[in-house]
Amino acid sequence: MKANDRRPSPEELLRRVQEDERRESRGRLKVFLGYASRVGKSYRMFDEGRRRHERGQDVVVAAVQPSLPSEIQAILDRLEIIPTITERHAGREYYVIDVAAVFRRHPSLVLIDGLANANAPGNRNPQRWQDVEELLKRGISVLTAVNLQHIREKQDEVEKITGKRAADSIPLDFLREADEIEVVDAPPEALLDRGEGTAAETHQLGELRELALLLAADVVDTQLQGYLDEHDVGSRWGAQERVLVCLTPRSNAADMLRSGQRNAERFHGALLAAYVDQGSLGQQDSERLEANLALARELGAEVHCLKGADFVTTILDFAHDERVTQIFIGHSQGARGPTDRLIDAAEDFDVRIFPQRAGA
Amino acid sequence: MKGHLKIYLGYAAGVGKTFRMLAEAQTARQQGVDIVIAYFEPHGRKETIEKTEGLEVVPRRSIVYGGARFEEMDVDAVLRRHPAIAIVDEFAHTNVPGCERTKRWQDVHALLEAGIEVWTTMNVQHLESLNDQVWHATGVRVRETVPDWVVDEADEVVFIDLTTRALRNRLIRGVVYPQEKAQRAMENFFTEGNLSALREMALRHTAHEVEERLTPSDPAGVPAPAGRNERLLICLTAQPASAVLIRRGKRVADYLHAACLAIYVRTSGEETPEDLAAVERHLSFARNLRIDTHIVEDNDVPRAIAEFARAQRVTQIFIGRSGPRPWWRRFRESTVQKLVRQARDMQITIVAQRQR
Repeated sequence: MKANDRRPSPEELLRRVQEDERRESRGRLKVFLGYASRVGKSYRMFDEGRRRHERGQDVVVAAVQPSLPSEIQAILDRLEIIPTITERHAGREYYVIDVAAVFRRHPSLVLIDGLANANAPGNRNPQRWQDVEELLKRGISVLTAVNLQHIREKQDEVEKITGKRAADSIPLDFLREADEIEVVDAPPEALLDRGEGTAAETHQLGELRELALLLAADVVDTQLQGYLDEHDVGSRWGAQERVLVCLTPRSNAADMLRSGQRNAERFHGALLAAYVDQGSLGQQDSERLEANLALARELGAEVHCLKGADFVTTILDFAHDERVTQIFIGHSQGARGPTDRLIDAAEDFDVRIFPQRAGA
Repeated sequence: MKGHLKIYLGYAAGVGKTFRMLAEAQTARQQGVDIVIAYFEPHGRKETIEKTEGLEVVPRRSIVYGGARFEEMDVDAVLRRHPAIAIVDEFAHTNVPGCERTKRWQDVHALLEAGIEVWTTMNVQHLESLNDQVWHATGVRVRETVPDWVVDEADEVVFIDLTTRALRNRLIRGVVYPQEKAQRAMENFFTEGNLSALREMALRHTAHEVEERLTPSDPAGVPAPAGRNERLLICLTAQPASAVLIRRGKRVADYLHAACLAIYVRTSGEETPEDLAAVERHLSFARNLRIDTHIVEDNDVPRAIAEFARAQRVTQIFIGRSGPRPWWRRFRESTVQKLVRQARDMQITIVAQRQR
């Protein structure tokens, strides 16, 4: 296995130390992510706050949503609250966290619902998530809840599903930087009034639900890779399918790429395409290769041009580093071509061999 | 009418599957639903046990096996009681020998057949198709598995999430297991790396289940056509790696909505009785996963596979790596090499022999 090949460089070690120091003085951020309103993310958040309060942590509520279900009200009755400041601006009402009061009180943990809310103009920060950032910097930990439709980078996809776009949003990086993210899941039927939704509504909620689960999986994957790197475990067979298509000037790239794209789509995996540059090509081959690379980009593959004297070792090293699970390659033309050598050497990967197109 | 099946899916013990299921059962009971506990595993967890208060429990049956006493769900008693909803903890459990059915999921099917709705719990590592991946990520070979089609047929799958940090904190506080066991668990299975890997698998699998339920089927109830009529063929042998091959091939077929077949080519001569028994096990394992199995007699294995594949309009052949060969044979072509050479018109996948 390649586990020990990736020793961290001195720069990497320094970066980790600095990161650790930053994290130590900073408050911890935990985000509850729901795919729609009414899945129960606010309840989960406040209930965790209540349990921590009962275990002796110094907990304060700094923001609640305007209308509260009774089970949340029952929890709030038992917690200390720093009320938000209500401000009117251009006919819209804003509920702004009293950041100064929270700093004066300086609890260990603050509960903040509605992470994506905007502040009225003239406040210290335009957005509530920036208030949260300030609290974290001052060493205060935060539990907060957010709905998928407010994640900026996901808003196009959400709009395609629902036809609506929320005005307020938070950057995905803020979510990625969180120490913890917890998904609050429930079947769509549970969200609709007494289960009576139209089939279209249920379908819509299902699509949002899938999107939220995959978003969380990606965040967990990033965290897992960070953990594995830190503990020098190196890359290993992950939970995500990652397809690598090997491009050559003569290969039947279209079939391999389309098939790879379908695989990546069905598995919600990644599609990579690589070409090993082994010196100059004739004009016809260069043109074919350019066409194949262009098609790969068009189909959404992450395209890499690799340098290496030996095709097989170059591909396999790259596949290891990229945590590839399946390698796609064309059948050899003659006897004992690179495909045969790749099959023999690629013990850790599924190798899928494609027929050459007739006449190619 | 067949009962509705709802699965609370988690990624490890202690994330709160049973707790959430019982909390929802309490809500249902308050709304006047006829709901009973058919099987509940308390694990000495105080908060969870409190959630059973007020719920009717169907007593378990006790079975003596090998001089020891075991308790299992009393399926007949639940059928006689015939509630609207039955709560059945630990879907992946294997019954003690002497029960009518080997697996609890089969007991659950008996309840569903009788029109009883069932709510149950399981962890992602119990899914058959993820068995190798779980082993690879955690080093643990899970023995109690549930075939994927059983979960695919569930009406609802709900993911019960908890961050890995919160789960490890629960272990430290002794909520999940008694202190000493918790300490050992933290050092072995419940490491940050293992838990994150399992959590990611569970998130991705739930997303897959959600998507499968979205796929619009024909108004006449005909399932959506298989993906571009793809047909996948798995080549079985007596080698133990066949199990990995079957799981991997079936998983790919399921995700691509492809038909899945398996073939074993019997040659005259070389097989030992042990080999034949192993092949029989592999064939029956494949059938349990609802793979269409075939046995062909031919002394030329690669040729037989290629011909069968062409006749059956197979689009992709799944084959394992040839095992290590003695030196005097290394100059001859392996079955894989021959097949690759003889089937240049086909897609062939040579499945990894992933090591830990």
